[in-house]
Amino acid sequence: MSGPHAEAEHEPHVVSPVVYLAILGCLLAATALTVWASYIDLGEWHIAPGLTLFWNPVVALAIASTKMTLVVLFFMHVKYSTRLTKLTVGAGLFTFLVLVGMTLADYFTRAWGRW
Amino acid sequence: MSDTTAIANGAVDDAHHEHPPYQRHHFETVAQQFDATNFAMWLFLLTEVMFFGGLFMAYLIMRNWYYPAFVEGSHQLSIFWGTANTGVLIVSSFTMAMAVWSAQMRRKGALLGFILLTIILGTAFLGIKAIEWHEKWEKHHVPGFHWSEASFLNPQSDTEVYSEYHDKPLAPDMAAKTQQYFFLYFAMTGMHALHMVIGVGILVFLFFRARAGAYTTGHYTFVENFGLYWHFVDIIWIFLFPLLYLISRY
Repeated sequence: MSGPHAEAEHEPHVVSPVVYLAILGCLLAATALTVWASYIDLGEWHIAPGLTLFWNPVVALAIASTKMTLVVLFFMHVKYSTRLTKLTVGAGLFTFLVLVGMTLADYFTRAWGRW
Repeated sequence: MSDTTAIANGAVDDAHHEHPPYQRHHFETVAQQFDATNFAMWLFLLTEVMFFGGLFMAYLIMRNWYYPAFVEGSHQLSIFWGTANTGVLIVSSFTMAMAVWSAQMRRKGALLGFILLTIILGTAFLGIKAIEWHEKWEKHHVPGFHWSEASFLNPQSDTEVYSEYHDKPLAPDMAAKTQQYFFLYFAMTGMHALHMVIGVGILVFLFFRARAGAYTTGHYTFVENFGLYWHFVDIIWIFLFPLLYLISRY
């Protein structure tokens, strides 16, 4: 095939079913883990007076984020995708963080002491 | 037709070069066509992230303002059905990934089987959701439809939930906020369920097109891109489950 374009061709990578099965196992295990952890009081971290971090929601969200990462990288093939796709996924994550971060900044700067 | 335009533009000096029938003329190669449509699908998923992001943001604010109400609201949900649904969706993501693999490997029988499994699992999810919502309806926990705060003003009246969690009665103003929790519950799971219904609908279409051999000739882009949608809806549930069901079960 002739043409002036000689950039790298991205041939879609075929992921093995063994990998899919392994990811399935990890996802189901993580689900069991998050349910189990919700029945345990994991305590809190008193960062400063009036500023406390509770570990249960942190752990739950960390497990959920790990599950999401596995689904995105392997089931959605992002690990084997072009840099454009990886950039796009990153941009989506960034924009979501802007949504949450800036909205929280709005609320946090409204009424001191009682946000 | 296209040959003369191509020659006039000086793009190619040979005859209209060979390409598979499913390669559209505005693409140089099949790989480029695949990449472009894949990129477009991701852009759509990004709009979905912002769409659900708004609901998650509202949840974040409300939960922090009215935490006790959210705790007692969450206790009303069934861990059994919620976990079962999470398992169902995760397995359906696996069967969907296997469907894409089958299309890539040009195995029509396997493709049809995995599409069918994904349809069954998706429908099972919706069935379990219906069971849960029906229970909410019967207990008068649907905001705006015979809503009742009795379970939160007087938790002992709800013997099944009280025997497990021994919740304290909420003050009237905080008890009223349980309506916020259930509004978010129905809004978020409802939007998610709508996405599931659309997904199952497209899967049925996919089944008949696959049966006609549309995706086992090398042109599996539609299956791959629909897979992206299905996995995305699974990811939304992966976050909904701990946020709605696992607020505080100790």
